[in-house]
Amino acid sequence: MTMTCHEVVEVVTAYLEGTMNPEDRVLFEEHLVLCDGCERYLRQMRRTIDLIGEVDEGSLSGRTRQQLLDAFADWKHSAT
Amino acid sequence: MVGAAATDRAPDGDGALVDALRSGDEKTFAALVDGWSGSMLRVARAYVSTDSSAEEVVQDTWLAVLTGLHGFRAQSSLRTWVYRILVNQAKSRGVRDRRSVPFASLAPGTGGPSSDEPAVDPSRFQGPGERYPGGWREFPAEWPEQAVLSREVGAVVTQALRTLPPRQRVVVTLRDLEGHSAAEVSDLLEISTGNQRVLLHRGRSVVRAHLERYFAGAPVGRAG
Repeated sequence: MTMTCHEVVEVVTAYLEGTMNPEDRVLFEEHLVLCDGCERYLRQMRRTIDLIGEVDEGSLSGRTRQQLLDAFADWKHSAT
Repeated sequence: MVGAAATDRAPDGDGALVDALRSGDEKTFAALVDGWSGSMLRVARAYVSTDSSAEEVVQDTWLAVLTGLHGFRAQSSLRTWVYRILVNQAKSRGVRDRRSVPFASLAPGTGGPSSDEPAVDPSRFQGPGERYPGGWREFPAEWPEQAVLSREVGAVVTQALRTLPPRQRVVVTLRDLEGHSAAEVSDLLEISTGNQRVLLHRGRSVVRAHLERYFAGAPVGRAG
């Protein structure tokens, strides 16, 4: 049995998650050794994950943030 | 992300954090609000229909955290506990609004958007009659290295995330932006680990495809 490129791109997340069964993992890794296209695809997937992690997340409005900090101060005083 | 990293501790490191909050340390509370609220907004936005509703959900979540803080038992990490409150707040808000996306009804296999979309356009692979069935017709093009730091690339990723169906967006956000584990996300969203992985896979694949199109079309000299 071998794994095709078409199959590789659908199991790449299972591979990265470490949830592949050992037999498939061997097939996957064998394929990567032989296939520059899929090796590149895997690298791009890792890069995608890194880039998602760098996205600016946005934030609360200044007003909401201040209301929360005020609420915390109130909470603190009511607790003591 | 700086704030998230600074407050991203293992469950057994939460003791000091929780103690600081309980003792009324305003800096700790502000750091948590600043570090976590961005991704909390994204999660909330998957359940409610407007940005302002999402903001209210996050605000209500923090207020509920304060109310419940003295009762918090470290059976889960502080962050998991906060997100659990968030998901519950967002769900009930979504139901109240009646304009929200019914999260559970979009389960893969029930015809939810993109649930059967392939990671890569099938026409990019050779067919049964060709020399290497299932093999690339043409390898994916290399991406430029320097673009990692580009603001433009950040905008492409942000836009790609916006196009994702809510369930994919929330899973990708929690996993790749916020750094929750697979088990935490499955638990928070009350989905199976297999379901979680499918949503993650679809979502990441879509973002990769957006990046690929961007890098292929980016004018030379402007990519970085």
